[in-house]
Amino acid sequence: MAGLDLAEKRPSRTGAGVLAWLGRVLVAVVIPLVAFAVIYAGFIFLRDSQAPKWLMALVAIVWGVGGVAVLYWVFNGIVERMPAAWTRRLQPFVFVGPAVAILAWYLTFPALRTFWLSLFGRDGPPAGLNPIAAIQSDAFVGLANYVAIFTQRLLQEAFRNNLMWIIFGSTFSVVFGMLVAVLADRSKFERVAKSLIFLPMAISFVGASVIWNFMYEVKPADATQIGLLNAITVALGGSPHPWDKWVAIAPWNNIFLILIVIWLQTGFAMVLFSAALKGIPEEMLEAARVDGASEVQAFFGISIPYILGTIVTTWTAIIIFTLKIFDVVYVMTGGQFGTHVIATQFYRQSFTARNSGVGASIAIILLITVIPVMIYNLRQFREQEGF
Amino acid sequence: MVKRLRTGPILVNTILLILVIFWSIPTLGLLISSFRQPLDLQTSGWWMVFPHREWQMVTTVSTRDLGLDPTGVMEVEGARGTFEEMRAGIVSSDGKTRVTWIGNRRLGRIEVQKQVWAVNWDFTLQNYQTVLGGQRYTLTNADGSTQTIQGQDMSQAFLNSLAVSIPSTLIPILIAAFAAYGFAWMKFPGRRPLFIMVVGLIVVPLQIALVPILRDYNSLGLNGTFLAIWLAHTGFGLALATYLLFNYIRTLPRDTLESAFIDGASHFTIFRRLILPLSVPALASFAIFQFLWVWNDYLVALVFLGTDPTYKVVTQRLADLTGTFGNAWQLLTAGAFVTMILPLLVFFSLQRYFVRGMLAGSVKG
Repeated sequence: MAGLDLAEKRPSRTGAGVLAWLGRVLVAVVIPLVAFAVIYAGFIFLRDSQAPKWLMALVAIVWGVGGVAVLYWVFNGIVERMPAAWTRRLQPFVFVGPAVAILAWYLTFPALRTFWLSLFGRDGPPAGLNPIAAIQSDAFVGLANYVAIFTQRLLQEAFRNNLMWIIFGSTFSVVFGMLVAVLADRSKFERVAKSLIFLPMAISFVGASVIWNFMYEVKPADATQIGLLNAITVALGGSPHPWDKWVAIAPWNNIFLILIVIWLQTGFAMVLFSAALKGIPEEMLEAARVDGASEVQAFFGISIPYILGTIVTTWTAIIIFTLKIFDVVYVMTGGQFGTHVIATQFYRQSFTARNSGVGASIAIILLITVIPVMIYNLRQFREQEGF
Repeated sequence: MVKRLRTGPILVNTILLILVIFWSIPTLGLLISSFRQPLDLQTSGWWMVFPHREWQMVTTVSTRDLGLDPTGVMEVEGARGTFEEMRAGIVSSDGKTRVTWIGNRRLGRIEVQKQVWAVNWDFTLQNYQTVLGGQRYTLTNADGSTQTIQGQDMSQAFLNSLAVSIPSTLIPILIAAFAAYGFAWMKFPGRRPLFIMVVGLIVVPLQIALVPILRDYNSLGLNGTFLAIWLAHTGFGLALATYLLFNYIRTLPRDTLESAFIDGASHFTIFRRLILPLSVPALASFAIFQFLWVWNDYLVALVFLGTDPTYKVVTQRLADLTGTFGNAWQLLTAGAFVTMILPLLVFFSLQRYFVRGMLAGSVKG
């Protein structure tokens, strides 16, 4: 009996083991499938549904954020159910993999694909050809797009304007930022003043464009001016002008667009400088004053050299930023009146004129100009401990 | 020395005040204008809401009673001039009175005006109703004619902006936090080159990706969907997010994590129970930067959300308004303020995080 018992028990135990194993496999397969099905159903709902907007928005938020969390949870669950050695091997890729994959899809490969596009004519490489055949086709133009960028008048104008943006925009942002930082440091009203100067950073470029369009608004000479700048001009005996759209003073009408970005970026520079100035040891300044240096001498002799690093970083950040300026020009003038910049020409060539070759070359030029900063970032990173 | 101490603060505060006024006036003008009557907005500057001197009619006199001869030079209340000059209005020599000839030469009357202090405080919420609502509105123009215009439906765009911004903020943070943890606390082949890629991609301008990604979306049928724009913002914000969170997570105390390991906690549990709660300051700073970046973004929305008005976000709506209603300031001022209200709330309520986030994100590509 005992033997029989044993004989009976063993198969039943194995049966349970098989069942448990089947159950685990089933769970491992079904849960991801259900998860994917739910995510897919959400996608279809969002793509095709005519539900009220607030419901769509709510579903979109829950689906989008929840979906990503569920994906991590599911993949991690699968990996953790594997043998320990495999868990150790694969788990890092569950954590890091999605980020790396998205970055590769959205930035690394596009950079290569855009470079590839930049070697072809306006319609890009012919469809269905392998790379060798594409290079041998008529659509392949080599570096002709790059030559065009530097020789076409409109594109040259964009580069000239962008140079103005970089020079005036970054310099005045830095100078005003420094002025406010220094003054606020000595004032009782530091917090309020800094808040108000920094506030434009919260405003979108489109919003800022409307604000300044209103400042520059022009009415006929015999009507009441409702734009502040023209009202002041008229009150001082001048005649009203459509400042940023005033072709007669081109290219200096760009200054009125650059002003908007100075207005936006001064707060950024100010906050960085303000923090750096507070980091200067008080004894250094005190020693200079004891030696008879004036405030101005102490500022240029001690403060400026001390925070030079911050100044360079800030200046660089604003230069990169003005290099890619798009919204302000696109909304204010649409690039008319001689105000095109690199990024608006990129948009025009890529999406309006459908000249993908030139558009891609402009993007590559933008990329090349930021490479020094990229190298600097990588150097900084290499100096860090622990990698 | 003594002199510097006495004049210093006054000089400093004066210059500071001037700068602050310069910086605030543009926004203030927009805000005030958005509450003014459409007609007032078109015919007088917004600064008229402040006390100012204005000519106000005191009395009218018939020109015949005064015995004026419109063919020659006339004098009324100390103001001398010809008929044409008087039609335009003449200010008396002492500057206190202005006389204007109303009507034609024969049957005219003289309006005598004195200067008084005045404010134009006729405020309204009508502009916001027109901009936010979807129905049609009737407006009265300056010349008395009426005009019916379609409401601008900015409330829909506002919802769209929320539906775009919230996932576009949370998704990259979640993905970046996982990746940052992986890079900081796990050992695996390829860790160093992969992280170098992340650092290198921070400043890459997003223009480089727009055309290839648009083609991918076309072949996937994703164009114009929310998913498309979330993924795009995730892709463009992820490098910076991973780098910032990595820098934070690697500074967390090693002992805490190791004791958790000894207690048998898995990486996933440690991440969820320990790392995420401990990283809240870094997560908040980046969240604010990313949220404002996405909310204020125009280019990415323009390229990936396309022209379907039901999906447009606030910046697109506002840019459309400037294109179609370039001079309808009652719409533009209110519309601009609708797009700004949320960022400004974030700015005033979370200023410390806001500043930190803005500084951290300044080099983004």
